[in-house]
Amino acid sequence: MAVSQKSFTQQLKKYYTFYTGGFVAFVVILAIAEKMGVPNKWLGYCFLFFTILLYAGIGIMSRTLEVAEYYVAGRRVPALFNGMATGADWMSAASFIGMAGTLYLTGFQGLSFIMGWTGGYVLVALLLAPYLRKFGQFTIPDFLGARYGGNIVRSMGVIAAILCSFTYVVAQIYGVGIITSRFTGLEFGIGVFVGLAGILVCSFLGGMKAVTWTQVAQYIILIVAYMIPVVWLSVKHTGIPIPQMVYGTVLERVTEREKVLTNDPGEKAVRQIFADRAKAADDKIKGLPGSYQAEKDALSKKVEDLKTAAASKIEVDAAEKALKEFPATPDAAKAKWAAEKGAASGRTGPPQPHATPFPGKDEAARDTTRLNFIGVVFCMMFGTAALPHILMRYYTTPSVQEARVSVFWSLFFIFLLYFTAPALAVLAKFDVYTLVVGSKFAELPTWVNAWQSVDKTLLNITDINKDGIVQLAEIVIGGDLIVLATPEIAGLPYVISGLVAAGGLAAALSTADGLLLTIANALSHDLYYKMINPNASPAVRITVSKFLLLGVAIIAAYVTSLKPGNILFLVGAAFSMAASALFPALVMGIFWKRASKWGAIAGIGAGLGVCLYYMVHTYPTFIQWFGTTPIQKWFGLDPISAGMFGVPVGIVTIFVVSLLTPAPDKEVQELVDHVRYPNLAGDIDTRGT
Amino acid sequence: MQLTQNHIDYWHKNLRLTAILLVIWFIATFVVIWFAIPLAEIKMFGWPLSFYMAAQGSLIVYVAIIGFYALKMRSYDNEHGVHEGEIE
Repeated sequence: MAVSQKSFTQQLKKYYTFYTGGFVAFVVILAIAEKMGVPNKWLGYCFLFFTILLYAGIGIMSRTLEVAEYYVAGRRVPALFNGMATGADWMSAASFIGMAGTLYLTGFQGLSFIMGWTGGYVLVALLLAPYLRKFGQFTIPDFLGARYGGNIVRSMGVIAAILCSFTYVVAQIYGVGIITSRFTGLEFGIGVFVGLAGILVCSFLGGMKAVTWTQVAQYIILIVAYMIPVVWLSVKHTGIPIPQMVYGTVLERVTEREKVLTNDPGEKAVRQIFADRAKAADDKIKGLPGSYQAEKDALSKKVEDLKTAAASKIEVDAAEKALKEFPATPDAAKAKWAAEKGAASGRTGPPQPHATPFPGKDEAARDTTRLNFIGVVFCMMFGTAALPHILMRYYTTPSVQEARVSVFWSLFFIFLLYFTAPALAVLAKFDVYTLVVGSKFAELPTWVNAWQSVDKTLLNITDINKDGIVQLAEIVIGGDLIVLATPEIAGLPYVISGLVAAGGLAAALSTADGLLLTIANALSHDLYYKMINPNASPAVRITVSKFLLLGVAIIAAYVTSLKPGNILFLVGAAFSMAASALFPALVMGIFWKRASKWGAIAGIGAGLGVCLYYMVHTYPTFIQWFGTTPIQKWFGLDPISAGMFGVPVGIVTIFVVSLLTPAPDKEVQELVDHVRYPNLAGDIDTRGT
Repeated sequence: MQLTQNHIDYWHKNLRLTAILLVIWFIATFVVIWFAIPLAEIKMFGWPLSFYMAAQGSLIVYVAIIGFYALKMRSYDNEHGVHEGEIE
């Protein structure tokens, strides 16, 4: 090593301080450009292309052909920087854009993700990171293969790692596509490939080394982009620039406002209209098949009536359009009416109280809600402690002690964003409840109209009861709007919106990078090098890895372009699968010497099997895809928390099967001792080459 | 490689520390959630206590647990002579 670790760290600090300064200067220059009249569209382009260019630059500077550099960044990433890189690796589009929106929409229930996605690091720190670092090879299947012996366990590790990473990466590329298309006006499909180019240029050239240094850069951008609008909003409402400390008082005001809105006559009128609509749609469905012809006749009659009464052309056209669009068959009509009924009946209730835990109509409903909260927390935590792209990051620190400190920094940097998200949700809700609700339709703020015209699913405000005043029940907000529109809600210049887009892109790209690398490494290192061709030279290994990376990226982009449903569910499913398959085998491998090869094989299989079985039989989209028969939910637990069954099954299976099969041999016992002590006299050496 | 009593002591200390910290983690997470409804009656600077814990308090506990573990283990490493020495 040419430079000592200490001066290397000093150098890094200097580089990234310059970098942060440069980035701030870049934002200031664009802000001045905005003042001088540069159109918003160009500001958006600048943010997206310059940041991608920057990541590409870091990627090119970090290109490497050395195995240890490519797989684990040369094992010299200082704790602080590994913490930032893990933070960026960890926080995905779902955290950056989706989290605050989920909290806005679901209130207390959404906090299950906040707890789960931070508390999991306690398990990483206490049960895994230091031990994996001491083991010191390249991938998670590496550890399983060495600990349990043989290629069966390693292969199962590879399959599990690829399964959960691939599910997760599809969700990320989807996020990249949405951001690029929304802020540049490019088509979704093109947006996906522009973003993909940014992902690839980095990981393709320099593997883990390039990904690490890019992720540090991306973390800085994403945290700055997240904080600025929230701090601004907080100053506006409370006069204090630390939103996390003061939003309690705002939450109180939101709760008071909820009570008023629950009993407001205007609100009740709107809710009644929706209840009537739901009932009308329901009556039509029940009246089938007779109602089909009756509805069609009624529409034709209306057209005739309007024509004879010499009504205005607009009215006649509207009636004719309704007749033309009337479903062609009774079945199509049934589907349409069912959708109408669903949409309307979702809007008949009073606002959900934001701060109340487990709202429900009776004791049983509240208990189910609580169980599902626990289920999400459990699966997100154990999933965190089993996701290969996160665990892999702790191979890159210079020592075991640094690995422990590095988990601390990881969680600290993640915490900064996660304890801000609930504040943002409450502040945004307060603005909507007080500024938008109760205002006149003619005087709505400009951001409302701007976002309504971009995408009706993100924001839609219609005067349902025709009183000219906005009621809460008349507003439909999509979760993603909260973060994307906060700068405008707070009245900030457009340059901040561009910054937020760049932050979201950084979050999605960095996670996608880490995941693609995990998949490619599992294939190239574990499958190709360890099982197919152990004599491959370093240059061949890296080349194979690079081409696999390219291949996996293209397949992932293709799957993404099929738009496979709900992002948050995909992410949650990845966590449940990782927890069920990998957590029991990894942790028991370290803490229980008696855990045997067959125990691990049975445990991984049973855990993952139960998890997949439950999801495939309870999640509607999967039932449709695979044509499975739906089953009753066990204890009313949602499919996203399938890991709550998978993890215990995995642990018990490993325990029982291990006791029934022969104990592991002496070599394995020595390996376990080896990982338990940071330094041991006369120790074996397991470092990967 | 032969483990001495010193090594075994180190490992037991580690296990005890890990167990204690996991209990704290469990209380800050699952016990808080279980009693969220009664805890919501208590107010803290405007937040109902259960909301505060889930949004911020438990997170601070997690960060503290990990920081404490890293420091304590470093001192155990030194005490039992299993530290890795200076990384050049």
